[in-house]
Amino acid sequence: MMIKTLAVHIRGFVKESVMTPIFMILEVIMEMLIPILMAMMIDNGINGDSENKMGYIIMIGGLMIVCAALALFSGAMGAIYGAKASAGFARNLRQAMFERIQTFSFANIDKYSTAGLVTRMTTDVTNLQNAYQMILRICFRAPVTLIVATTMTMIINLRLASVYLIAVSFLGIVLIFVLKKTRKYFTQVFEKYDELNASVQENVSSIRVVKAFVREDYENKKFNRAANNLYRLFVRAEKMIVSVSPVMMLTMYASIIAISWFGATMIVGGELTTGELTSMLTYCMNILMSLMMLAFIFVMVTMSIASAKRIEGVLSEQSTLTNPENPDFEVKDGSIDFENVYFSYNDTAEKPVLNNINLSIKSGETIGIIGGTGSSKTSLVNLIGRLYDVTDGCVRVGGKDVREYDLETLRDEVSVVLQKNVLFSGTIYENLRWGNENATDEECRKACELACADDFISAFPDGYNTKIEQGGTNVSGGQKQRICIARALLKKPKILILDDSTSAVDTATDARIRKAFANEIPNTTKIIISQRISSVENADRIIVMDDGCISGIGTHDELVKSNAIYSEIYSAQTGGSGDFDRKGEA
Amino acid sequence: MAKPMGRDKTKPLPKVENPMKTLKRLLAIIFKKYKFHMLVVLFTLFAGVFANVQGTLFIQTLIDDYITPMIGQPDPDFTPLLLAIARVAAFYLLGAAANYTQARIMIYVTQGTMRDLRIQIFTHMESLPIKYFDTHPHGDIMSVYTNDVDTLRQMVSQSMVQLFSSAITIVSVTVSMFVLSVPLTLLTIAMVFVMMLVTKTLASKSGKYFLAQQTDLGKENGYIEEMMNGQKVVKVFNHEKKSVEEFRELNEKLFDSSYNANKFANILMPVNARLGDVGYVICAIVGSALAIFGVTGLTLGKLVSFLSFNKNFTMPINQVSQQFNSIVMALAGAERIFSLLDEKSEEDNGYVTLVNAERKNGELTETQERTGLWAWKHVHQATGEVEYKELRGALVMDDVDFGYTDDKMVLHNIDIYAEPGQKIAFVGSTGAGKTTITNLINRFYDIQDGKIRYDGININKIKKADLRRSLGIVLQDTHLFTDTIMENIRYGRLDATDDEVIAAAKLANADSFIRKLPDGYNTVIKGDGGNLSQGQRQMLAIARAAVADPPALILDEATSSIDTRTEKMVQESMDKLMKGRTTFVIAHRLSTVKNSDCIMVLEQGRVIERGTHDQLLEQKGKYYQLYTGKTA
Repeated sequence: MMIKTLAVHIRGFVKESVMTPIFMILEVIMEMLIPILMAMMIDNGINGDSENKMGYIIMIGGLMIVCAALALFSGAMGAIYGAKASAGFARNLRQAMFERIQTFSFANIDKYSTAGLVTRMTTDVTNLQNAYQMILRICFRAPVTLIVATTMTMIINLRLASVYLIAVSFLGIVLIFVLKKTRKYFTQVFEKYDELNASVQENVSSIRVVKAFVREDYENKKFNRAANNLYRLFVRAEKMIVSVSPVMMLTMYASIIAISWFGATMIVGGELTTGELTSMLTYCMNILMSLMMLAFIFVMVTMSIASAKRIEGVLSEQSTLTNPENPDFEVKDGSIDFENVYFSYNDTAEKPVLNNINLSIKSGETIGIIGGTGSSKTSLVNLIGRLYDVTDGCVRVGGKDVREYDLETLRDEVSVVLQKNVLFSGTIYENLRWGNENATDEECRKACELACADDFISAFPDGYNTKIEQGGTNVSGGQKQRICIARALLKKPKILILDDSTSAVDTATDARIRKAFANEIPNTTKIIISQRISSVENADRIIVMDDGCISGIGTHDELVKSNAIYSEIYSAQTGGSGDFDRKGEA
Repeated sequence: MAKPMGRDKTKPLPKVENPMKTLKRLLAIIFKKYKFHMLVVLFTLFAGVFANVQGTLFIQTLIDDYITPMIGQPDPDFTPLLLAIARVAAFYLLGAAANYTQARIMIYVTQGTMRDLRIQIFTHMESLPIKYFDTHPHGDIMSVYTNDVDTLRQMVSQSMVQLFSSAITIVSVTVSMFVLSVPLTLLTIAMVFVMMLVTKTLASKSGKYFLAQQTDLGKENGYIEEMMNGQKVVKVFNHEKKSVEEFRELNEKLFDSSYNANKFANILMPVNARLGDVGYVICAIVGSALAIFGVTGLTLGKLVSFLSFNKNFTMPINQVSQQFNSIVMALAGAERIFSLLDEKSEEDNGYVTLVNAERKNGELTETQERTGLWAWKHVHQATGEVEYKELRGALVMDDVDFGYTDDKMVLHNIDIYAEPGQKIAFVGSTGAGKTTITNLINRFYDIQDGKIRYDGININKIKKADLRRSLGIVLQDTHLFTDTIMENIRYGRLDATDDEVIAAAKLANADSFIRKLPDGYNTVIKGDGGNLSQGQRQMLAIARAAVADPPALILDEATSSIDTRTEKMVQESMDKLMKGRTTFVIAHRLSTVKNSDCIMVLEQGRVIERGTHDQLLEQKGKYYQLYTGKTA
């Protein structure tokens, strides 16, 4: 199953993947001919008693050069094809994973961490690339050597060949035993190793805490213990691996001695020629070397199995959201209806995140949503743009179930400014045009004016061409939020959702943005989630969320009187424990 | 606060600046501790090579010297063969034993060295000033522990031994070859030069592409990281197709460089092996000619031996050339390790220490117990006279200038006077210098000009550890460690009892939620406390500061959105913590600011307004503007 999922991505490099082992086998054959020719040159040429020694030597020498040239050619071709096949395999895997991730729904994305996905696409793919190259280039060589050499020894002398059979099976058993053990040990090593690195990471990112509490020595001691622990595990695992080599060597030597002795008696008895004995000894080396090679590959491949599994996980992950078969490509207006909506993030949850929500929003209305952390405000609005599908019930936009629309159309009309928003590396213009690829400079500016971002952007030396660094680290939190709002506005959506998107903007600017919305885009349905009463109090209606249910809907004045939660929040924020100015960017 | 520079993903692998120096330093580290081990390894290597040569000789002479004489004899004498086999078996045993011993010892050497290096790197890292962490991408620091130490491990465990044994083989074989035939040896050496030349050409080609591969990989990594981080935004903006296209471009480039890099590296091995074969043939032909025509005294017997040496000569050279790449990579890693180790540690010339004190007859005296009364112990350098001064928490900044670099000041002429127990609030825009000021108080950074005095003592004279111990800190981003909640709170004071920890948690309003967790105080926090809410994490940080019970506090209020109820609890716990302590608070909350004894309004590194809440509102300046959202 896993192999099948991965093997598909060899496509485009099938020729290379087939040719590599063929060339490698060719190289092996040539390589095995060369020692035979060398032996011939010495036995029949230099030590021989032919008339024309020089001629014979030159002839065999010529043959050797031809073989070497052929071996060189096939070796080089194998090298080139192998490199291409494995690099291509890696390329396909990365591309496939990236494309697959692009089809992920929010629910799929939630399953993986960013770091996890990055590791899968980089380290894990590199591991597989190396393993694949190894398999193509060496995996075929070793067994071919083994088979050819074993066959040859059997042809030469069956009785002597039995020495190999005993040696090979003995080694095989030892190898399997040791490898099993080492794998277990190494799994433990890598676990501890990850833990150690995680603790370093923790120290690097928390260095201010470490220093502020003068805990350098404490951390050093902790690290010392962990490093020593890792050392012990590493030593134990490596000792196991190292123990293979003397067994291997002794078996090899024992075979040589056994063959020498039995060979000698056979030669004396006239059952074997000296030349045959020499070849037998050469093949003995070949067999044992290839066995060692196989063991090495086995270790390499087992190490990459974990990577293969992780990659396969991404590749076979099915998106939880699909486009309908005959999608609607037009959203009539910005009205929203929730009908008996239930929602949970996973099937096993005991309590739904949204519990029987019924709600009707008219096109062009401004709606405020307020409520404590975990009261499901974000979950509620995420259903409108079909970022998640409802568990039960139905959400309608423009009078139609959101599941009937083409996803792209729907999301173009429902513009969400996410709570955890990001800007991408590139100029401010480039970032804004995520909203609308074809927006003119003028339109971009206009959107920024609406979002109260034009002032500070224009004040940058490079204005709208200012480069945003990865993660948007060179603008402040409040500036970032305003650029994100402008970006969402450029879509000219029928529904605009701000999910706590002005939390880092000071109260005055926040008010200006809301005023601009009311004046400039009156027909757009606006939904504003906030922790601040001041951000929602002027909305047409305010929804108070509590524990997955709607606790109250109404205007500010109504809610202050009738809704206990709302009036509590209101009095808390006006009574002196509110925010002074969130981050104070003016 | 200095913004950490974005990780430069486009940077190619740094070249090894000074390979010999780095190698020397590395070897010095290994040999310093493992001199004896390495000596034994060297000895076993010789033994191994010797045994190997004996084994090869045995096979070469087996037929001619032992078997052929027996052929055709009516009553063959197997004794010489038996003796020879016994002898070679002994050598084989010696070889295997030597090999095993060497491998076993190298495990200890390699892993021991790696452990020592890791500990050394970590210990040194802990001693580095905050500036280092602010100016170096954390990913780069991490990669020293992961990539660099790892490549080094491979080099020490494999390449080093391989190099040694190859060197021994090459030297011994060269000597033997010279003894047999000078002209043929020269010929062989000439062939080796050709091989080295080819290796060099191919290696530099592949090296070029390896660099390109590294750069492309970095770019692609950066792109993946950025896109994965913003995946939800990608979805919201229907940007999937476009990012797939952008990715494809980067991916094709990476494919190209990766293909070429591997291609040239792969070719190296077959090319060298075949060149070795060609050299063999040339030697055989030339040698035969020399022997047949009787020039230079080369006999056919000698030629046969020579040819077997020729084969043994090119093999180790091939092995060395294969190790070359990994050695270069390891040295580059070693260089990065050393550059971290060479970073200057935080300097500390302070000599005033913080001691527990008790008051006897109005006199302060030092004591070992924790009395709750602290004193600065000031040993006057000139006279040796000891003076005790009560720790009260008065802090004065006098005309302080500061810049992260000398050429760009970010704080100008800062004057602050905080009486013991007072609460000083800093307000102002991001980048106005609020966090920077608090970084100066605990000497995360040192000032360029002016004076900071703590209870009248210049803070430069106070030992950093003691200064920091006297200042509790609650940072904006709560950092927790992988450990139980109990231990995370105890981090504030390691000798705190469980009861003290629980008391601190109660003060921080954290006790109730901790008890609801599956394992209560023994719940293990993982991944920086990702499973706790922002508010809960903050309460733990407050508890941590509370258990330390410091006379003065630095608080950086969190700005992230916590809901009103949790915020109220956090607020309460902060208030409890601040009670009776001199507090510097970077304020975002209205109540904090209102209750402050003095509010400093900062703008572009200067204090532009100062006073109480009412005074500042009166002024109708920047504060008024921030507070009311109106322009005056």
